[in-house]
Amino acid sequence: MRKTFGQFIEDLDDRTGLHSGLRKFLYEEIPASSGWHQVFGSIALFLILTQFFTGAMLAFNYAPTPGDAYSSLRYILTEVTAGRLMRGLHHWGASMLIVIVVLHMVQVFLWGAYKKPREGTWMVGVILLLITLAYGLTGYLLPWDNRAYWGTVVTTQIGATVPVVGPYVSRLLASTGDIGVVTFARFYGLHVLMLPPATMLLIVLHIYLVRRHGVAPVPGDEMRRKKSFFPEQVFKDTVAVFIVFVILFVMAIVVRVPLERMADPTDTSYIPRPEWYFLFLFQMLKVFNGPLEVVGTVVLPTLAILALILTPFIDRGRVVRVRQRTLAGGVLILAALGWGGLTVAAVRTTPPQTAASQIDFSGPTQWMQLAPAELAGVHYFRDQHCSTCHNVTGGTPKTGPNLLNTSTRHDASWLMAHFMDPSAVTPGSVMKPVNLGDAELKELLALLLKLTPENGDVTDSAPDFAVEGALLFQKRSCGTCHSVNGVGGRIGPALNGLAGRRTEAWVIQHFQDPQMMSPNTPMPPYKFNDTDMQNLVSYLFTLPDKAPGQ
Amino acid sequence: MPVHSAEPEIYGSTRRAFHLAVVYALGGIIALFMAIPTALYLLVPPKPRKESGWIDAGDVSQLAPGVPVELSFQESRLDGWRLVTEKKTAWVVKEQDKKIVAFGPQCTHLACAYHWEMEAGRFICPCHGSNFSIDGKVLAGPAPRPLDRYLTKLVNNRLQIGELKQSNPTA
Repeated sequence: MRKTFGQFIEDLDDRTGLHSGLRKFLYEEIPASSGWHQVFGSIALFLILTQFFTGAMLAFNYAPTPGDAYSSLRYILTEVTAGRLMRGLHHWGASMLIVIVVLHMVQVFLWGAYKKPREGTWMVGVILLLITLAYGLTGYLLPWDNRAYWGTVVTTQIGATVPVVGPYVSRLLASTGDIGVVTFARFYGLHVLMLPPATMLLIVLHIYLVRRHGVAPVPGDEMRRKKSFFPEQVFKDTVAVFIVFVILFVMAIVVRVPLERMADPTDTSYIPRPEWYFLFLFQMLKVFNGPLEVVGTVVLPTLAILALILTPFIDRGRVVRVRQRTLAGGVLILAALGWGGLTVAAVRTTPPQTAASQIDFSGPTQWMQLAPAELAGVHYFRDQHCSTCHNVTGGTPKTGPNLLNTSTRHDASWLMAHFMDPSAVTPGSVMKPVNLGDAELKELLALLLKLTPENGDVTDSAPDFAVEGALLFQKRSCGTCHSVNGVGGRIGPALNGLAGRRTEAWVIQHFQDPQMMSPNTPMPPYKFNDTDMQNLVSYLFTLPDKAPGQ
Repeated sequence: MPVHSAEPEIYGSTRRAFHLAVVYALGGIIALFMAIPTALYLLVPPKPRKESGWIDAGDVSQLAPGVPVELSFQESRLDGWRLVTEKKTAWVVKEQDKKIVAFGPQCTHLACAYHWEMEAGRFICPCHGSNFSIDGKVLAGPAPRPLDRYLTKLVNNRLQIGELKQSNPTA
């Protein structure tokens, strides 16, 4: 059997040369000094292949048009098995790829491995770095949530300020007016159709050049016996790849990548920010403003890229020993400090997002499923400090009974009587009467009767704006005409899925002047103060696309 | 075996065997941890959402007994991530005892749309001439079974339409 297999391989090799070609590739001799510091190229290759794979997997359940992109990603995150993991791998894989590519360059830089005759290998590497950043930039838009949308608005605006070519960049990205379907299609096309083949070609060229010139030796290597790439270096590469894979996999499971609200071009409260590795550029624009803006947007980045590409020609010194490369080390430390300083400054000076902008839509969020009356009940629950004496989830037992599954023990009339005069209904109860009106008590009741172990955390997790929005919804009796989560009237349209149908600005205008927005509507105009309006509209925009159970 | 001689023996065979074992083992673990989620991702059907199944088809209190009416209603269903709303119809008959029956709008022969002929007092399919009585029984033509019926219930005089049940050929 063994002999037949060997014979088969030999016959195959006779006809294709694959086996001997692979052996020639693997048993390449490498300098004696090679070792753990050279694992980064292999890790980068591994991460790129992982990105190709997870990207293709995501594409299997993804519709690349605005709106649908968002709902399909949400479908991946909430309904497809292992979908959250797949997206986590792709998201964190991108960040790790940037880290590894930079470490790879730092190693090559410190060891002076870009010097003659390896200038070409370095330059192809710099282009690969730029392509990696281009993936980050184009991929950022694809979830089509507010974060994606506003981040891309800023990026394309920066592109438009470039002297001479700016207008053409805008036209190329179709971003002269609002960002819409065309820009989205261009970004998607770049991300999945243009960049991957370019990456593959350049990686092949990069590896070809590495093999052509051999792994860069250090002085003294020629005296020592060479090593074999396989399996000695491959062992080190594999161990390093494995460590990175474990970190990536754990991050994909543990660190939740949020999905914000669907992109809303009228949401003026949103504070755009780019992905962490672009924050330094973002911060630099704050330093250079007014007529100097072009320095931050174009001049410095262009100079930096040119300096990187031309590094082998700027540094023509012979020294390659790491310890003697003080100047190179100094340049590197300065660059790291500059990058780190700008990034930290950007993180510190960017104001926090509003609560409404930070809601994570990537999971089923129990409070979004509540009827308005129940959610309004959360207001009274907090207002009356029910949690001082009662538990709703686990934790140390408190004086009063746990409120989960109240509906299995009591009905509405019992609770109502109990709230009015606790000790009369439950002899010995130390609870004070709840000082609320009838309508208010009914909302608190509605909430209590709804609490189950699955949704008990709503008393903590429901954001204030939504609770206040629901309270206003109840006070103005919106439910007489409109249904929310299957509860309410049928005269007006159901409000589930509003976020997909309208923009915030439209809804606000509609409140102020319904006749103008939808002629012949029986809806009267409403005057709310700014806070109330924002709470109510933000609340309505968090409603699920479809009422639960329908 | 010229191919094997190309391999230079430069370090001990024990270390080499150890290195090879680690490369294959770690490579295998990575492959496994990618393959399992991928299989789950592609092969496990998405979690089904709870569907109530009842669609409101309107007020039927004014319906004249014994006169079939074609009612249309909107059915929403999820197609992957997309909420699809389709217009559907049913032939609704109020029987003499006030019971409401809703027939599926397609002939049981080859799914043509049939209609009610007032003068003939029967449902007639234009395609191959199947005839059905007001209670859906086959009176003539090639139809293999009576008209299919929707599950129905009444809530405050409003007709709620459920699943379409295929009829039994012998009924």
